[in-house]
Amino acid sequence: MITVKGLEKSFGSLHVLKGIDQHIAPGEKVVIIGPSGSGKSTFLRCLNLLERPTSGHILFEGSDITDPKCDINLIRRRMGMVFQQFNLFPHLTVLQNLTLAPVKTGLMTKEEATDKATKLLARVGLVEKADAYPKQLSGGQQQRIAIVRALCMNPDVMLFDEPTSALDPEMVGEVLDVMKKLAEEGMTMVVVTHEMGFAREVGDRVLFMDGGVVLEEGTPKEIFENPKNARTQDFLRKVL
Amino acid sequence: MLEQLSAWFEGVKAEFILNFVEKNRWKMLVTGLENTLIITFFALLIGMAIGVVIAVVRTTRDQTRQGKRGVGSALLAVADAICRIYTTVIRGTPVVVQLMIMYFIIFASSDNGVMIAIVAFGLNSGAYVSEIFRGGILAVDKGQMEAGRSLGLNYLQTMLHVIAPQVLKNVLPTLANEFIVLIKETSVAGYVAVSDLTFAGNRIRGATYSAFMPLIAVALIYLVLVMFLTWLVGKLERRLRQGDNR
Repeated sequence: MITVKGLEKSFGSLHVLKGIDQHIAPGEKVVIIGPSGSGKSTFLRCLNLLERPTSGHILFEGSDITDPKCDINLIRRRMGMVFQQFNLFPHLTVLQNLTLAPVKTGLMTKEEATDKATKLLARVGLVEKADAYPKQLSGGQQQRIAIVRALCMNPDVMLFDEPTSALDPEMVGEVLDVMKKLAEEGMTMVVVTHEMGFAREVGDRVLFMDGGVVLEEGTPKEIFENPKNARTQDFLRKVL
Repeated sequence: MLEQLSAWFEGVKAEFILNFVEKNRWKMLVTGLENTLIITFFALLIGMAIGVVIAVVRTTRDQTRQGKRGVGSALLAVADAICRIYTTVIRGTPVVVQLMIMYFIIFASSDNGVMIAIVAFGLNSGAYVSEIFRGGILAVDKGQMEAGRSLGLNYLQTMLHVIAPQVLKNVLPTLANEFIVLIKETSVAGYVAVSDLTFAGNRIRGATYSAFMPLIAVALIYLVLVMFLTWLVGKLERRLRQGDNR
């Protein structure tokens, strides 16, 4: 579904990604872990071109999205993204947040979008918040809305950029539950996270990144119980 | 005591009649007020239009500076340079001088003072409004643009539906202040013989040799105008604050 070839990214003289080759299969749940500054968020943000790669190629469902002729807006409609800071639109109600993109991109009529949004809201247990504004909601509720907002576009893959890092501890669970449910339904997911429990439980494959490269990858069992790389061992010893 | 009071009252009454009633002098104030409102209103529209365009050009240029090449980017660089020069020149010279340059040099062949004043104040206001909008755009978290784009909205759609409403809320108090400044700034239109409110008051003073009544009347009219505008903006602001904590 997503193939990454020789991906490199520099910010000025700062070389953040130093050549990444990956293939993400349909339905696969890939969890990316690693110390801060290792380039994991930058890698994720390159996948939908929020950061433009300095070199290398990213193929999504057969088209090279790094090609300047590729219409990135069409690609992004099929890639949902969830941010650390939620980034809900504060001037719109929850329902308006959810229906804005599907309607304005012409994907759905207003009725279809409202219908879809209401169904998805019911699944995360937030129907009664449809007319609330984001600032009236808790962090956990906001992040669940943000997930629903991305899902309203019917994406083929969901990208999560540290979705629970900005939450109070007691709200982490409700967001992870939504993500687990999504995983069970077969959604292709790429998740950058510090939640090792989630990585172990949900991940099909875990990537350990450090210094702009994928140092080690494998099943959660391999990575967490029998890490080969000394840096992986060191990192896991600190966080587990 | 009572006699003194009534004598004073008679004096005020005579002054009032002399300055406003005699020869229908109050009509000068009405015409002056009309001109002031016309100049302010249209200068406002011009200023807003110029200000928004400049703010969008400059922030777009700032945000896309890295890594982009091509014709579009080069055009944007040129537009950005023009905007910077415009802002520098306008903010670096007094509005009276700009007005006189417009009237006596650029539009020397025209004697439509009101029109020239509109253009001059509009161009002047545009420079200040552009900075207000630029600040308003920069104050919106950059995650908002990213969220909009990540959903597949294009740059313009995101600007229009996500960024612009938040910018409007951010800039409203400062923008209202600029409008208030503009209303009062138009009082120098008399320099090019436009009979605005101030000019009308001053002409009455010149005709009656009595300064108090006409000048205080002019001041009161400006004050009422500004207070009305402030009230109006306050109402609008409360409506735009719907998304905040209630």
